[in-house]
Amino acid sequence: MSVPGTPSPAVALAGGAWGDAAIKFANSFGAIAGFLGILLVVFFAAGRARGRLARPLAVAVFLGPAVLLLLVGLVVPLLRTGYLSLLNDDGTRFVGGENYGWAFTTESVQEVLVNTLLWLVIAPLVATGLGLVLALLVDRMRGQAVYKSLIFMPMAISLVGASIIFKFVYESRGPGQSQIGLLSQLAVALGWDDPPNWMLSQPLNTFLLMAVMVWVQTGFAMVVLSAAIKAIPDEITEAARLDGAGGVRLFWYVTVPMIRTTVVVVLTTVMITTLKAFDIVRTMTGGNFGTQVLANEMYSQSFVQFNTGHGSALAVILFLAVLPLVAYNIVQLRKERGVR
Amino acid sequence: MTPNPTAPSKSSRRRLVAAPALLAALALTAACSNSSGGSGDGGGGAQTLSGDCAKYQPYAGHSGTTVTMFASILSPESDNLEKSWAEFGKCTGIKISYEGSNDFESQLPVRVAGGNAPDFAIIPQPGLLAQMVKSSKVVKPPAQTVANQDKWSPVWKTYGSVNGTFYAAPMSANMKSLVWYSPKTFKAAGYEVPKTWADLMALSDRIAKAGGGKPWCGGIASGTATGWPATDWLEEVVLGTYGGDVYDQWVGHQVKFSDEKITAAMKTVADWMQNPAWVNGGYGDVKSIATTTFQDAGAPILTGKCLMLQQASFYKAQWPKDTKIGPDGDIFAFHLPAVNPAIASPVEGGGEFLTAFASRPEVQAVQNYLSSSDWASSRVKTATGWVSANQGVDKSLYTDPIDRLSADALTDPGATFRFDASDMMPAAVGSGQEWKSLTAWFAEGQSIQKTAADIDAAWPQ
Repeated sequence: MSVPGTPSPAVALAGGAWGDAAIKFANSFGAIAGFLGILLVVFFAAGRARGRLARPLAVAVFLGPAVLLLLVGLVVPLLRTGYLSLLNDDGTRFVGGENYGWAFTTESVQEVLVNTLLWLVIAPLVATGLGLVLALLVDRMRGQAVYKSLIFMPMAISLVGASIIFKFVYESRGPGQSQIGLLSQLAVALGWDDPPNWMLSQPLNTFLLMAVMVWVQTGFAMVVLSAAIKAIPDEITEAARLDGAGGVRLFWYVTVPMIRTTVVVVLTTVMITTLKAFDIVRTMTGGNFGTQVLANEMYSQSFVQFNTGHGSALAVILFLAVLPLVAYNIVQLRKERGVR
Repeated sequence: MTPNPTAPSKSSRRRLVAAPALLAALALTAACSNSSGGSGDGGGGAQTLSGDCAKYQPYAGHSGTTVTMFASILSPESDNLEKSWAEFGKCTGIKISYEGSNDFESQLPVRVAGGNAPDFAIIPQPGLLAQMVKSSKVVKPPAQTVANQDKWSPVWKTYGSVNGTFYAAPMSANMKSLVWYSPKTFKAAGYEVPKTWADLMALSDRIAKAGGGKPWCGGIASGTATGWPATDWLEEVVLGTYGGDVYDQWVGHQVKFSDEKITAAMKTVADWMQNPAWVNGGYGDVKSIATTTFQDAGAPILTGKCLMLQQASFYKAQWPKDTKIGPDGDIFAFHLPAVNPAIASPVEGGGEFLTAFASRPEVQAVQNYLSSSDWASSRVKTATGWVSANQGVDKSLYTDPIDRLSADALTDPGATFRFDASDMMPAAVGSGQEWKSLTAWFAEGQSIQKTAADIDAAWPQ
């Protein structure tokens, strides 16, 4: 660029970039306009239909797009994943149940399954339990909105963001060096001269990772449960008090039964999030040091090691594990709606 | 696994720098843009280029065509690529439409399988190249590209080949056999840069006994790719102990990980990077290597808590911006000596290969140009941080001391150059079990026997 007369690549580049951007914008606007146009035409045509065809046509017009998207986005990939799980690593040879055999007999994958189970049981229970306790404590407090907002705040942070924060909390340095991790520094302040390298201490590290999930999900559990507690009619609690129930008994025999369905919904929702928890493990340990979980192993088999057979088999296992939870969750949600 | 783990960090660090630079560039070019003659914008067919464009005559005749390229190199580094061929594009009228993606490695197979292959892909792993060739969509290069290959040492041709057929010409090369150190600290303590492995070990011992900083620091954490720096350590030692033949057999699994040659090499690595008295300067014990990110690993060298770090040439991007890098600056690097003095100058490295998925004449013209020394020189001139092992590139073009050091080692005809082994092994091992097992070896103190056996068990049948 210093020599006048030579072509100026930067201008060409910038021009190219603007040109590309303009074309992309034009394309997206065109696509949106075209989509709206087609919708208008379809609605108009369906609106004109009379007689015997009118009702089925209306159903098709309203249901069609949703069904189509569901097919493209969910059903077809599901079937294809199921099919791929029966093929070899690059999808060229039929191997039957070999991938499932691998998943249940390989030592490292067994560890993954055990970890996933631990996550599934412990993280949702702790998050919901803590949420319930906090909801009760905060319920009659002055300025409860402030406390609730503070506790709910981590919910606004992505799991990756939360993981990075906790990675710093768990950061460890050898003896003689100044600690930069909060947890290690606390341990040192309490007189523990050489705290361990937290992320390497098995099986503690898995629970330390769960703490991130609990930190994020407790706020959600608290807000939903607090709303349910407030929805309990005052007459009922008053009647119970008149009957002599108080404190713990009031909680176990009145509050908990009244908000049972909400507790179950919160529990299952957190469970489903937990089963899919891949960001925390991926960000904090990359699945090393015995902390791997199913979702992350599935990703690394499919997209790091390019073994679609193994990856798909793990995806199917994960799907089958989530399925009953989702079904139960929906049933409970319906029940709750029925009550209201 | 070379560019993938480094790409995000490098680009995010440099993005901050790039904005003002881009503004300056725009201002400059706005000032002199009028003078650029559109010498190549004429119609197609028998087109003659003159003046500055004359050197592009062999590639002329395809004006108005577009060639697509897909790679993992992101802006701002990809901007340097685009600048390096801007003049070519201007003169010949061939537009190279470049697209970079973080998900290159997983997206490319999807696109190729879906019949939506780009004209070119820049593939950094021979393993991925082999996978693409298997899909039979890769097109063999034209005669000129094959001829241009003579400027590279013959071993490079084998890395661009699959089953003996040459497919992809290398574009860049990087050097992994480097040890980063601080010339200032060395000078103050009276240490000499070691020339042999024995010297290196003696020096490490001396540093450890002197108190103060530990001789070595290291970090192998890298998200999902955690463990890759440890594969490099093992590869350096295997290559430096047994030479190229055993190394090649190891890559091909004729020599297994549990072979006593490889377990002996692992022992050498353990005596070096798992020696409690020698590591991990500035971070903690041996295990802390597993939780230290490779980006952070070298930072204690600046404070003297650690004196040496074995890491590739691209580690240069990790030093703070005001660090003086050079033979008498804050930081410099030396060539890691061979474990076995009988092995001549072992160089472990990586590279990127230009793979074509189309054979249109304009695609071949671009392929010919990008495999030529002319393009390599143009890219080296554009910005630092890019090294070619092309013998036709004038060494004086390298303005950066690390680039120069790498280029000297990579083009040395007497050197034993080998490509990163984990990039060539099947993905299930090279970017899977080997990472995991070596990480467990460092983090959990797992035995060498178990580590080797686990990796062998994961090798696809």
